[in-house]
This record gives sequence, C-alpha cells and structure tokens, in this order.
Amino acid sequence: MSEIVELTAAAAAERVRAGELSPGELWEAYRERAAADSLNAFLWLADDAPDVAADAPLGGVPLGVKDLFCTEGVPSAAASKILEGYRPPYTATAIELLARAGAPMLGKTNMDEFAMGSSNENSAFGAVRNPWDASRVPGGSSGGSAAAVAAGLAPWAIGTDTGGSIRQPASLCGIVGLKPTYGSISRYGMIAFASSLDQAGPLTRDVTDAALMLRHMVGRDECDSTSTGHPEEIALPSAERLDGIRFGVPPELTGEGLEPGVREVFETTLKRIEELGGTLQEVALPHSGHAISAYYVIAPAEASANLARFDGVRYGRRTERTETLLSLYEQTREEGFGPEVKRRIMLGTYALSSGYYDAYYGSAQRVRTKIAEDFRNAFDAVDLIVTPTSPSVAFGIGERVDDPWAMYLSDVLTVPMSLAGIPAISIPGGLSEGLPVGIQLAGPAFSENRILDAAHALELATGFDRSAARG
Amino acid sequence: MIDREQVLHVARLARLRLSEDEVEAMTGELSSVLGHIEKIGELDLDDVVPTSHVVALENVLRPDEPRPSLPRDAALAEAPDSDGAGFRVPSPGA
Repeated sequence: MSEIVELTAAAAAERVRAGELSPGELWEAYRERAAADSLNAFLWLADDAPDVAADAPLGGVPLGVKDLFCTEGVPSAAASKILEGYRPPYTATAIELLARAGAPMLGKTNMDEFAMGSSNENSAFGAVRNPWDASRVPGGSSGGSAAAVAAGLAPWAIGTDTGGSIRQPASLCGIVGLKPTYGSISRYGMIAFASSLDQAGPLTRDVTDAALMLRHMVGRDECDSTSTGHPEEIALPSAERLDGIRFGVPPELTGEGLEPGVREVFETTLKRIEELGGTLQEVALPHSGHAISAYYVIAPAEASANLARFDGVRYGRRTERTETLLSLYEQTREEGFGPEVKRRIMLGTYALSSGYYDAYYGSAQRVRTKIAEDFRNAFDAVDLIVTPTSPSVAFGIGERVDDPWAMYLSDVLTVPMSLAGIPAISIPGGLSEGLPVGIQLAGPAFSENRILDAAHALELATGFDRSAARG
Repeated sequence: MIDREQVLHVARLARLRLSEDEVEAMTGELSSVLGHIEKIGELDLDDVVPTSHVVALENVLRPDEPRPSLPRDAALAEAPDSDGAGFRVPSPGA
C-alpha cells in the first residue's frame, strides 16, 4: 500500500497545504484502492479528479458518501431497488459543505436499504464484508462507509445515525464514528428514514479526523427547519489526560447481555480512564431498558410516513403492472422495497392506525420523554457516560437475519442516546479474539468538544492497532 | 399480537401488495416484535408528556419572498412517465 493512504485525513490535508502532496496524487491513490474494493463497500465511484482550491481547509481529501445522501446527477438509491438509477437534481447540504471545504466525493457507499438494519445485509445491492474477517458483517446501516474507512479504501466517510447506524458499524470495524447532537447538521438531502432521529456524522480513522470533518458539517440551514447549527466552533482535540472528568457508568447498559470479550475490553477501558485521571461513578438510566421497544415504534412510524413518497410517480422505479392507479402504487412498492423495509412500514402503519395509536405511538413518545429525563439527571452528576458501543463483536453474515428482534438488539446500547438527541462517539477500545470492540462516550446536547477531547485522550492511551484490517 | 386479517388491512393502508408468503411471514414476525414492544405497557406513563421532537423549536419562518423553484424540466427528468408538462399516471377511476 502506498504511503499516501496510510495518512489520516488531517495529516493528508496538512501535507497538501504544505505543498508536499498534490490533491491529484491523493485522489488517484484512493481512486485506485476504491476501484479494487473486494468488500462491496462502494456502489458507485467518481471518475474524474475534481478541482480543489489550493488553500481549501480539507486539502482535497476524498470522501466516501453513504448512498442515503442525494448527490446531484449521481446515483442516489439509499441501496434500494425502488430508487435504482435515481439521479437527484440537487445535493445534500452536508455533502455540499464538505465539498466546498475541500473534501470531494470519492464514491457512494453501500448501506442497509433506507438505513434500516444493523448488518448491511439489507442492501438491495448485496451485503458488505467486514475487513477484519470477510465472513462477518461490518455492522449497519452505514456498513459500506465503515468498511471502506477501516480497509483504507477511503480516508474518511460520511454516514447517518438514526439508532446507532454510525456508531455500531464503527465499533464492528475498529474505527471512530460520531453521532452529533440532533439538529447540529442539516438533514436537507438525506433521504429521510425517521426525521426526529436521523443525523449525519463522520466515520474516520481517528478522533482528530472526526473533529475535522464535523467542524465543516455543522450549521443551521434554511432548507432544514429543524437544524440549529452548533453553539461553539468544533475544535481539534488535544487532551492527553482526563483529570477531573467525571465518567458515569450506567448498570442498565453495562450489565447482562454483553459478550465476555466485550466486557473485558470495557473493564480495561474503565481502568484506563482512572489511570488518565478520570473518575468513575455509577449513574442510573432506569428507562433505558425500554429504549429499543420505544424506538421500534417511533422509527417505523416516522418511516411509514416518510416512505409513502415512493409510489412510482415522480422518480424511481415503476412497476410494469399499471392497470389502475392503486395497482401502480401497490405493485411498485411490493417490487421495490426489500423485506426489512416492508416490515418496518407495516409496523409503523399498524402503530399509527386507528385504535392502536395511543397504546403504541403515544406510549413510545412518553418513554422517550423518560429516557431524555434519565440522561438529564445523569448529567447533573457526571460529565460523560461510558458504555460499550455494541454488546457483541462483528457477527457472521446470515447469523441474525431470521430473527428481527435479535437484529434490533444489536443497537441496544446506542438507541437510548438517539431518542434523547444527545451526541455520542464510538472509538476502538481493543480486540476480542481478533475483532474490534468499540467504546461509546456520550455527553449532554452540544458537548461535542468535551466528548472529542476525552475520546482523544483515551485513544492515545489505547494505542489501537488497526493495521490488520488493511488488505 | 396481530392476525392475518389485520396484516392484510395494514398492508392496504400502507399501499403494499404482499404475496401469500409475505403475509404469512409478516403475521409471525410482527406478532413477535409487538410482543417485545408491548413491555412498555408495564410502565406508569399517565402523567408523562409525550416527546415528538427533542429540539425545542417552534415557528421557524423565513421571509415570504418569491424565489425560483426547481425548473419543471428538472422536476420531470426522473419521472417514470411524463407528458413533458406533468407526471403521467393511469386514471384514478380506471
């Protein structure tokens, strides 16, 4: 592998700005790596090296873009047959901002269809393989983005997280993934799954790269009325110690259900936190045990409404069977959506239907209130909460496809933060039987700088070696 | 719990035509998932205010000024069928 692709995104951008590396060389090095992708991480690759301003802050470091983002004139299918070949007339704000800052799109990355999944096996264009072990899943739904970054096919990538879709694949692929505070980044141009939860974020090789990408993504956007921007500039992290930082350990998310190897890495991490000067204390998140249940009402309910637009009329695929308008709708959706997407549309439609609305949707929204309250109370006592990111390491392809609930439980440790809208990062904590284990740090809304600094100190002390994932 | 008739009813509401196999699989899978979800019924939530959105925003407005919208050609470019002026679909009465 050429020395260029060993560089982190921040280091590569620095070299470009110092005149030691040209954006063209950087582009070619990654274009070649990505074209030789054997993981099915990419769905589409850009042909031409874009022009990048010599003084652009991101130096032309190419970006892997999850297929959920609309990109003008470029296939954007959310890994669904129903949008196969769709070329949007506009580009998502987050992608536009990164391109303007000097991170041009290298290609579109594979994902679970409409971001519904935790293994990338729900893509209409085939599963993605985990670069640590090709018989295992990379996690999902941003599995293509995570696998591409871990394998060095892209220097960094953008993903989206609704219930864990950035953090869980980052954990399973041994990289860094950050879900920012809800609202800090525009959702304009992100094909909507669950609008009150969806948030874009970075998947990167290290914490500094995550901070660098985030800095150029945040901002209020008049095309997304729920976007707020970020109250402070995202700083590049420099902390090497954790002195005085209070870490909360919630028994509800660190007790039963963890694989022994995950528990071992988590306990080593807790010792590391203390060695770096941080303090540990137990905090209660009493409603987090109900988070998955609430999430699998709220997210499918919102999805069932958002996905109503895919009807074979304005864009995307249309069935051949168009006898009546109704059969056009029903048959187009039957042919275009995969099994998991249909399952969630059905679940959401049921939860919102007359007679069931209060029992399911109303209750789930009340549980959401309690979960957000739990976090607020916890953050009165501690600065950050630490948990593993995923209860298991990467599992085998095919292992959980027959049991939807077992697959849903892959996100049991990441969904509570999503429901509360708070930021959380996953960084590699170590290996269990040769496979990466991610550690999750969560903080109050808009505490990204605090999270990134603590993650940076922990990353330095961990010294994780990801070279085994680079083919 | 959800039975076959309910699955067919919900599929109609969702404008999904499910195959016979899908109806059967969906009945079992949805029942199982709903069985887990129903555990939230154990919580006392009577006095809890529902959360539909975590960010406290209301009435986000922009100035009411006319500006160009997506050109018609661009809006129709990806349509499966159009007559150049609009989207073409079978007659709703057909």
